[in-house]
Amino acid sequence: MDKRVADLAAALEGISDGAVVMIGGFGAVGQPDALVDALAELGPRELTIIANNAGWSAETGIPRLMDLGLVRKIICSFPKGSTVFKDLFTAGKIELELVPQGTLAERIRCGGAGIPAFYTATAAGTRLAEGKEVRTFRGRECVMEEALTADVALVEAWQADRWGNLVFRGSGRNFNPIMAMAAELTIVQAHQFANELDPNVIVTPGIFVNRVVQVDSRVEKLLAAQKAS
Amino acid sequence: MSETIEKALGDDRVAMTRRLAGDIADGWYVNLGVGMPTKVADMIDDGREVMFHSENGILGMGPTPAEDEIDPWLVNAGKKAVSLTPGAALFHHADSFAMIRGGHIDLCVLGGYEVAENGDLANWTTPSGDILPAVGGAMDLAVGAKRVWVLMQHTTRDGAAKLVRRCTYPLTAPAAVDRVYTELGTFAVTEEGFRVLTLADGVSLADVQARTDAPIHG
Repeated sequence: MDKRVADLAAALEGISDGAVVMIGGFGAVGQPDALVDALAELGPRELTIIANNAGWSAETGIPRLMDLGLVRKIICSFPKGSTVFKDLFTAGKIELELVPQGTLAERIRCGGAGIPAFYTATAAGTRLAEGKEVRTFRGRECVMEEALTADVALVEAWQADRWGNLVFRGSGRNFNPIMAMAAELTIVQAHQFANELDPNVIVTPGIFVNRVVQVDSRVEKLLAAQKAS
Repeated sequence: MSETIEKALGDDRVAMTRRLAGDIADGWYVNLGVGMPTKVADMIDDGREVMFHSENGILGMGPTPAEDEIDPWLVNAGKKAVSLTPGAALFHHADSFAMIRGGHIDLCVLGGYEVAENGDLANWTTPSGDILPAVGGAMDLAVGAKRVWVLMQHTTRDGAAKLVRRCTYPLTAPAAVDRVYTELGTFAVTEEGFRVLTLADGVSLADVQARTDAPIHG
């Protein structure tokens, strides 16, 4: 078993128009930036993106996909920061599904765990619960939230081995392990290949991973760009 | 606490933030919202061990590192560089919000546009709806933490009350707030409404009532 692929093009092979794509990361950290930029080059259209943020710079990442007109809809918790998204959204050219951050994470986790929906008190009694089924549990009003799954997850990891086992670094874990579980095709951008990872410290077992490509992280550069914008 | 924070916050803001920090118990797990609440972390006196939680997967978040000690993989909810304290742990987003939603976080400190006397909180968007709405973790934190304390100015810049009978802003969560800390004092949300816990130096109950839409109980 060897899930390593030679380059970004091989990693992204087969992604088609209309795909639902989960993209890991919280700001620049844990973002599979090289995979996203390669996806922009590949150019599938009518994408639905599931991510926490809508990015910040037009040159790279999710805003680049949007700027190229590849994105039909984004499901996220915090779309502020990207003028590309803001302009498209105010012009009515992109759809937004705004989800509280914890609900977003749990919808993804449930998607990977085979749980079709769950109830949470988060957002009950607010504008974001409009149109959703509401039930009371233990005296508390709860909103039904449906699981999220995707055709593709783009994930960033610190290290990967040939079996697709992953470890992360710092706060780079964020959405990556749960997105890896929730997609039909999980593609990982790893900073380093390891011959063998210690089974005691593996965070994402390789069963959730389909392809791994080695890419030197640009997180320092991305953070600098984020700071400047 | 650094001089830069003193200057940045102004005396009133420093005093109210310090008052809140003084009420945090030893051993609590605490989440601080972005903005003024993040300053609470710099005001925990020595001798108390408080574990700060960051929604993006950190328990045991420490202060801003020196420029040459920045780890680019470690950022807080505001995407700013942070450090780790002894005993820190890292985890993914679903676990992070399980801590929040599951009632494991002892205290969450949030900013606010309005707090109503029944504890309703409005802090995520304006009545007209922002041009670009964004919610982040505000709703999860407001319903999930064991205690929700709001740290905010007592009135808007125009002098409008922010402690109100009913929120006019869209709700973040109903009946969520336990306490409000402002430059005028500390106020508990009770079944009767707002009750004074502390008044700031030189502030009278009448001063507070004059700047508050809801009744304030002494």
